[in-house]
Amino acid sequence: MKADPAGVLTGAHYLDGDFACGEGAMAAGCRFTAGYPITPSTEVVERISRRFPMMGGTFIQMEDELASMAAIVGGSWTGSKCLTVTSGPGFSLMMENIGLAVMMEVPCVVVNVQRGGPSTGLPTMTGQADMMQARWGSHGDYELIAMSPQSPQEAFDLMIDAFNLSEQYRVPVLFMMDECVGHMTEKVVIPPADEIEIVVRKFTKDPPGKFLPYRVNGTYVPDFARAGDGYRFHTTGLTHDERGYPEMSAACQEVCVRRLIEKITKNADKIVRFDEENTDGADVVVVCYGITARVARMGIDMARKKGVKVGVIRLIVVWPFPEKHIRELAKKIKAFVVPEINYGQMVLEVERCSAGNAAAVCVPHGGGSVHDPKDICDAIVGAAK
Amino acid sequence: MTQVMEQTDTTVEEHPVAPFLRMDRIPHIWCPTCGIGTVVKCFASALVETNIDLDKAAIVSGIGCTGRVAGYMNMDAFHSTHGRAIPFATGLKLGRPELFVTVFSGDGDLSGIGGNHFIHAARRNMDLLVILINNFIYGMTGGQNAPTTPLGAKSSTMPYGNFERPFNLPHLAASCGATYVARWTSLHIRRLTKSFREAIKRKGFRFIEVIAPCSTLYARLNKLGTGFNLMQFYHDNTEIRHGADTRDLDIDFQGEITCAKFVDEERPTFLDMMNEQYKKTLGDRYVPMAPEGGMYHE
Repeated sequence: MKADPAGVLTGAHYLDGDFACGEGAMAAGCRFTAGYPITPSTEVVERISRRFPMMGGTFIQMEDELASMAAIVGGSWTGSKCLTVTSGPGFSLMMENIGLAVMMEVPCVVVNVQRGGPSTGLPTMTGQADMMQARWGSHGDYELIAMSPQSPQEAFDLMIDAFNLSEQYRVPVLFMMDECVGHMTEKVVIPPADEIEIVVRKFTKDPPGKFLPYRVNGTYVPDFARAGDGYRFHTTGLTHDERGYPEMSAACQEVCVRRLIEKITKNADKIVRFDEENTDGADVVVVCYGITARVARMGIDMARKKGVKVGVIRLIVVWPFPEKHIRELAKKIKAFVVPEINYGQMVLEVERCSAGNAAAVCVPHGGGSVHDPKDICDAIVGAAK
Repeated sequence: MTQVMEQTDTTVEEHPVAPFLRMDRIPHIWCPTCGIGTVVKCFASALVETNIDLDKAAIVSGIGCTGRVAGYMNMDAFHSTHGRAIPFATGLKLGRPELFVTVFSGDGDLSGIGGNHFIHAARRNMDLLVILINNFIYGMTGGQNAPTTPLGAKSSTMPYGNFERPFNLPHLAASCGATYVARWTSLHIRRLTKSFREAIKRKGFRFIEVIAPCSTLYARLNKLGTGFNLMQFYHDNTEIRHGADTRDLDIDFQGEITCAKFVDEERPTFLDMMNEQYKKTLGDRYVPMAPEGGMYHE
């Protein structure tokens, strides 16, 4: 279906990444947002709180991030598309209820405009050190989806994809921006509403009484019933059967959790997304995402001028990771070079998927600024030897 | 010669509140003489008597013994995370404003780990009915100290007697802005049911504390006998004082428990205030969320 024009600010704008992200959410049909102020993410909810009253949306500033995350899990059960926005410290507080969203299978989008950590770290300065927290931060075994935009335009575009994927798979989508993209102001073109494709979760057609909230009929994603439509369903964060009733047994755990994982892993080919360039015949492939993908450009150009054959994989969907593709590529190249604003997170995944067939070289940066492109160039040249 | 047997009707008459419960989940997990079941029965009776449309009703619990209540109620029911029932319920209410949303949880869940949400939801006058069962202890995890454990009472983490001052919950709720505040015990089934009935019909943040026995842990650790002895204690040691000053409602160990309705006033809810402010400032440009929510229709 097409986007509701009420939420779409069609035209060419000059926006920062945070505002673009908020516009993307509203264009995607988000109509309930709960958040708590935290730098450098707050502009997203400032934008939304200004525009929501004109499109039938409700924003509430909650008392903390625990409450914000819990509120959007509750809100999503009404069928609304829901969003919360935060940065590192708040992301940590949201982890438990992100797990609840995974377990209850409610669509929702969580924006993390990453700053330097750990703890309070560098509140106003950039970082990319929450990438593994996005994957593993909540307790227990699970899979979810995470994306990383490299520009304000992409913050808008990907936000629509984030909501669509979340609705399609009934899973939280973590939108892993960084402070640089969040506070960078660039041209953002917002298309007309009838050019924006919107996905909504599959609502059940079963009548009340026949409906089971976690029955999947051979698929991976159960149909959804919203609160207040007479289904009188039950849902819980406990391990549950297809009725949504708690069942404390290893057998039920296996059925319940395996499906939550396979829902993503078995559909990974459809979800995985990356840009690829010049990897054919490359000796070195740079794997990058977010602002670092743009910084790496210059380092790659410098290395090419020195005669190194360099390809690029830019991760757009970060989780699930393009495992198959990296595995294949590893057999053809000498090394991957992974610049990221942390001391080595996604490089671990690259290394795992390379399985010893290619080296995985980390170009670390502690945060507070972006890489010096020369460091990336040096790593590429070193890896090509 | 055939003998005609007179057929006897063997169908069991359905309990009046059965349609309000998930009978396929009964028996429940609560211990013998636990007070929670009685409170659930009073709540269900109040729902029957007020003709609430259960299709438009939702109930949210957190974690703990009382946290299991949502699981037994036959309406849209949400067993959320520890302490987060109130913000979860806030999301339901704001996502679909026509819903009647009840939060039903325990003292540890709502006033311990979830205390911050409790005070803020009361401050906002969020349109929620909050039922808190206070058994003075963390029951599910084995009788640890709660923010409600009376001074001197023993718990499994205060084995020499509690030395932390407990909350006076009606006072906390009232001082934060709750528009309906009452306290009863699980012995006061008639008055409690009436209080539920009243609160169901009101709007805003309505808070009802129900003192209930935990004979397995609280009574055992404090050598207070059985659940029956605790009910007898409630019978002999509660005083009903309507409109009492909420500052005077502290509960001492085995001291007198003051019950009654303490606050019953009307004030605009969060949604009333929000709608009014946006109408005032935005005029015709304001598009309120539809009562059935901001869902995208296919």
